[in-house]
Amino acid sequence: MSGGHGHAHGLYRPGHSLVHRLRPDAKVAATLAFVLAVVATPRTAFLAFAVDAALVAVVARTAAVPLPVLGRRLVIEAPFVAFAVFLPLVGEAPHTDVLGLSLSVPGLWAAWNILVKGTLGVSATILLASTTTVSELLCGLDRLRVPRAFTAIAGFMVRYVEVITGEARRMRIARLSRGYDPRWIWQGRALASSAGTLFIRAYERGERIHLAMLSRGFAGHLPPAAHDRADRREWLVAALVPAVAAAATLTAWIHA
Amino acid sequence: MSLTTATIPVEAAAVHMDDVAYHYPDGHQALRGVDLTIEAGERVALLGPNGAGKTTLILHLNGILSPTAGAIHIGGLPVTKPNLKEIRRRVGVVFQDPDDQLFMPTVRDDVAFGPANLGLSGTVLDERVHAALGAVGMEHAGDRPPHHLSFGQRRRIALATVLAMDPQILVLDEPTSNLDPAARRDLADILTTLPVTVVIATHDLPYALELCPRTVILNDGAIVADGPTPEILGDAELMATNRLELPYGFHPTHT
Repeated sequence: MSGGHGHAHGLYRPGHSLVHRLRPDAKVAATLAFVLAVVATPRTAFLAFAVDAALVAVVARTAAVPLPVLGRRLVIEAPFVAFAVFLPLVGEAPHTDVLGLSLSVPGLWAAWNILVKGTLGVSATILLASTTTVSELLCGLDRLRVPRAFTAIAGFMVRYVEVITGEARRMRIARLSRGYDPRWIWQGRALASSAGTLFIRAYERGERIHLAMLSRGFAGHLPPAAHDRADRREWLVAALVPAVAAAATLTAWIHA
Repeated sequence: MSLTTATIPVEAAAVHMDDVAYHYPDGHQALRGVDLTIEAGERVALLGPNGAGKTTLILHLNGILSPTAGAIHIGGLPVTKPNLKEIRRRVGVVFQDPDDQLFMPTVRDDVAFGPANLGLSGTVLDERVHAALGAVGMEHAGDRPPHHLSFGQRRRIALATVLAMDPQILVLDEPTSNLDPAARRDLADILTTLPVTVVIATHDLPYALELCPRTVILNDGAIVADGPTPEILGDAELMATNRLELPYGFHPTHT
């Protein structure tokens, strides 16, 4: 079994900033609150969005996440952006002419709405993921009273996804080593049986893991995570960002 | 690590298997009448070809599998459903593939899993975890995810997860497989310092000779030999009939 070093850190960027040090439960809650505040902002409130964007920039700066890194990770948003680009072309009247194209005005607003809220929301979650390890995230969710079954399933997934992909990779290399080079659909049979074999192996590994857990006295309940809760000061620090965003949203609604 | 001694009567054998037979649900007969007694503090090698029933026997020691016939006692306590929790505390099994054993997000959580199942928490639990990681020389790895460690380190953590439960009997399935010589040496050094009964299922015969004064050979679900390790490894005919072979140039009596 290969060691699997390094590449599994995922989105996490190690650091010791204020954002890194905040306890995960406060960070998760703050991120969620910030996203809710962004989503609740009226789409015409440009100033509120500017405030939100500034907040994202300040947090990124504090966490030492360079904006180009943030930008690259925003690529995950691409399918939604594609959808947003499509909207002005098929939207209803009234239309407006931009560079010779007839674009729907409600479509443009809808596209802007998706684009700005999507970008801000995804940026916030990217910052959370960049400053919090997966195990901290799971622990934070646990502290926020997400049912243990969910965090346990997520934890198992994180733990074993690498083992299973490693197994799939070794099976692929073994296939290639025996001259397998599928070009046509009817040559896919080996691929399909490999997938089947991988499923059986994953299933059997699941059984072995369960046996190993039983051997250590597992009786249906995972022990609670052994990390500290966020204290009041940390909650206050974490609440700062969503509080400003919520104030901007409220102001926008009052003035709308 | 401290050992709990109050619960075992002095005269009770660490392991006592009495005519144990087992067949899998598909009808395959894996154990056919195994009689085996291991005294407290012994280190025993369990040898035998692939498919001899070594892993099946191991899974009987902590009650994962229940014999279809016969009885098993661990420190005088029968392996039955009501006793399973205590049996699994007494018998720690280190499985062959550490990826089967280590599943929590961090090493510390994983080592804490067993003792937490036994009802420990707070500083007592922390001390157990610390002591177990210390026993395998991995104190510094507590916060790391298990899948970022090397195979040898994961094997040691798997051992620590079991040591944290303060077992009286330590059972290891192929502990040296896939280890480099240095990791194999480290593991031997750890195992010889532990004040517990040890059962090692292995194909690594020099390792058996070094660590275990006594050897049991299992073949086709039955015990075919039981005696001092140098004698058994020196019996060329016995070895050959059980598909066992010493490494080239290795003489058990010359070391």
